[in-house]
Amino acid sequence: MTGRQPSATAQAALDRLRGRALPKNHDARTISALAANPGCARRALMDAAGVDKQRVAAQAGFPAPFGQSRFAIVRGNAFEAQVKENGAAQLLILLRDLLKLDVSEVGYTDFNDVGGNSSAEVRHLHTRHVLTAPDQPGRTLLDHPLLRLKVGGRSAYLEPDLIALRLDGTFHVIEIKSFAVIDGQADPGKVAAAAIQSAVYVRALRDLVAEAGGDPAAVSHATILVAPRDFSSQPTAASLDVRRQLGVLDRQLSRIASIEDLLAQYPGTLTFDLDPDAQGRPRRPAAELTAAIGQVAANYAPECLATCELCFLCRDEAGGTTGALGKPVREDLGGIEYIAQARSLARGQVPAPEQAEIAAQLLRAAQLREQVLGEAV
Amino acid sequence: MTLLTAFARAEAAASGRAQRIRTVRHVHLGRRPLVVIPLQLAGEACAPLAVMLGDDPGKARLLTVYEPRDRARRFEFAADLAEVILGHLDGYLPADDDPNDDPNEDPNQDPDNHRDQGAPAPEPLPDAPQLLVPNPNGAAFLRLLGRSTRLRRTDGEYAVRPTVPLLGRWLTHYAERAEVPGSVLLLPMTTALADHWATGQSDLEDANLAALLGWIDPADGLTGQQAARLAEDPVRCPPAGPVTDPTFDNEVLEGRMAAIRDATEAGDGPALARAQAAMDAALHSQLAPTWDLMWRAHALLAELPEAAHAQRRWKDDRWSFTAQAAWLREGGAPQPRRDSAVAAAKRLARLEREQQRLAVERAHDDPLVMAEYRLTGEAFAGTVVDADLTRLDTGGRKPKLRPWLIVQTADEVIVEPGALLTCPDYPSQSAKVIQIAGKNKNNDDDDNDNDDNQTTGATLVTLELSGGMGRALAAPPGSTPAEGDEVTYTTLRDDFQPAPQFPSREDTPWTHGGPPPEYVPTDDDAQEPWS
Repeated sequence: MTGRQPSATAQAALDRLRGRALPKNHDARTISALAANPGCARRALMDAAGVDKQRVAAQAGFPAPFGQSRFAIVRGNAFEAQVKENGAAQLLILLRDLLKLDVSEVGYTDFNDVGGNSSAEVRHLHTRHVLTAPDQPGRTLLDHPLLRLKVGGRSAYLEPDLIALRLDGTFHVIEIKSFAVIDGQADPGKVAAAAIQSAVYVRALRDLVAEAGGDPAAVSHATILVAPRDFSSQPTAASLDVRRQLGVLDRQLSRIASIEDLLAQYPGTLTFDLDPDAQGRPRRPAAELTAAIGQVAANYAPECLATCELCFLCRDEAGGTTGALGKPVREDLGGIEYIAQARSLARGQVPAPEQAEIAAQLLRAAQLREQVLGEAV
Repeated sequence: MTLLTAFARAEAAASGRAQRIRTVRHVHLGRRPLVVIPLQLAGEACAPLAVMLGDDPGKARLLTVYEPRDRARRFEFAADLAEVILGHLDGYLPADDDPNDDPNEDPNQDPDNHRDQGAPAPEPLPDAPQLLVPNPNGAAFLRLLGRSTRLRRTDGEYAVRPTVPLLGRWLTHYAERAEVPGSVLLLPMTTALADHWATGQSDLEDANLAALLGWIDPADGLTGQQAARLAEDPVRCPPAGPVTDPTFDNEVLEGRMAAIRDATEAGDGPALARAQAAMDAALHSQLAPTWDLMWRAHALLAELPEAAHAQRRWKDDRWSFTAQAAWLREGGAPQPRRDSAVAAAKRLARLEREQQRLAVERAHDDPLVMAEYRLTGEAFAGTVVDADLTRLDTGGRKPKLRPWLIVQTADEVIVEPGALLTCPDYPSQSAKVIQIAGKNKNNDDDDNDNDDNQTTGATLVTLELSGGMGRALAAPPGSTPAEGDEVTYTTLRDDFQPAPQFPSREDTPWTHGGPPPEYVPTDDDAQEPWS
């Protein structure tokens, strides 16, 4: 990754974009989402500035459709606690099978706080110190180490559930999820999300090892997914090969334009500040905020509806485009960008030369529909 | 997606109303379908929270699990659900004391392979119960519920009522049958609707039943888009399940469940009854809007005339129901956790065959589906401009009846001479392409062409017919198209390859793990934790 910190001017510009709100930091989930749509300048800029997109979307009149049920949170926390209790005894048994861990490998190190200090910087330094020390006496499982990854020139702190360290010096990222694996099968969408998140941790851990002069290959691309088995709360573990996800992630992270280049495209007056009153209640008029957001181009696709807090705003803005109907529709319509244009071509508007082929097809499609349905279209 | 559907979506977006992409209904609708709307507790693998079900729009039945995280409560729920669902299924089964009604004497028959048995097939039961769920996730939830109950024991530790494993086996059967292309025994409503209408939103958004119906049948004064946006508000339109609205969980459900817990611990009977009634009411408010949507969607689909081949596929569904009923009556084992290699390969081959068959049947039943093939050049429609219906092929030892037709079409024809085509109106008749002549509209610069159709361009296709005309040397009237008829010919043919030969399970090759052990449900299966 590019190890560059944003320059002081860039940092000041990002602070101005965010306004008076506290910065929201990247986590593995947001990095995965960003990597899924690297062409979205709006998301890249807001995430780099640490903008609370949820609040901005709400103030602009398009509250995000997300929420998490407390039942799911409680269940997820209870499962993680259960897996980790007694020095992760249940997990070690599974790992002995999966990683061929030696029976003597039982050490458990908790990184959740360092001597009572739980600041991110201290925890990260401690993690780095421990993970890159020349010898690792009795460390097998590392609980919530704090890693760091540079995204678009800005650092994000990341906290994998567990990292396993074998006697031979290889690291395995462990992700604990509470979705069930039933008869050896789990929801493919959830497994894919876990894999890309694990890949983010592998990337961050490799950077850490490399910075300390170690061999990044010591961090295995075989990550471990721990999840409840069948209908029980008993854990089961499976190896996830995240090489493909690492490739995608590296490619996408490198495509996220460096933040200075992105900032240079916008006027120095642009801000997403919500103009909070003394109680922190936002006062900025929705129209003005929407106009500010509109200055930064988005790259909306229906897939955003599952991952981005701004999705309803961007969807509204994308109305009238074929892309808002989904990528397959846009492709079937020959890549024509606007619905109105596709319809004019279907009604015989003379096409530009490069659109002659799709125009003939559209004309024919309209004729066939008319012929079969017997109604003028 | 096809260009025709993509274009229909663009039209829907511009007109504010969903557009029809089928002229007929390709799904059979049961006489009295059972609507089942399951809800599950968030975060759990398969913790039923509530189900609203029934076969009468005016009589919704609500079953609630007051503590979904308690396994005993879940199995009680499963028993209650079994009572309703098995009760409904019973209405379709022959009475036990009437052996003449048993259409399937051999319990060893592969339940899904009746037509391959050689002997004249007996008839399936006259009707089968159809389950309607809101969306594919609802069907997946019933599958999991089936998986978690079908292996339970009715004796020993963790015993359940006998109806619980029986329900599990039926739900598993319905869920597995739902994977067969064209099957409607277990039908997710969003799938059925999206198959017949194109909306002006993406297919991801079509997964929301309320939004999808908003486009198809918006309330008065609203455009489809406005109706769909309103439908996305979980307060106005609670999700159709099985996942609940997180805000409902946090702001309503958690409190109601806590009240029940408190009343139970305090041993306060009246308070418990009140708390349970409050939770029932909360869940009813989440489910009732979807219940109404399901019946509205059912009515919209019912308005479309049923496609000709839907009955053929429904007969297969009836067969699958009939065979499963016979299997259960004979005391057959529950479905194993995993298919054996041979069974899985057979199943895949069958699914592929059904997929192809469905595509052909739908094109033959529906000119709007056929239009997709016309657009890609795999079919053409036109008029018979010349017909020699008494033409004989005298090249062989005996003369054979081989009529010729000349079809004039404005469609683009990309088939080559020698290709074999069929006409949906004469399915058992082959038409061989002899010659393609005339002007194609893409050759506008061809000045010497003096085709009589100057405006749209026309192609003349000469076809040689064989089959479907009897054995005589003159085709009986009506067995072939005649001059002046409007016809459609397509390369899409109903010629199924015979199923490949699969080894018996005893001969499973070592590459596929060798012969699998006979599946016997174990104590381990029956006692797996369910918490």
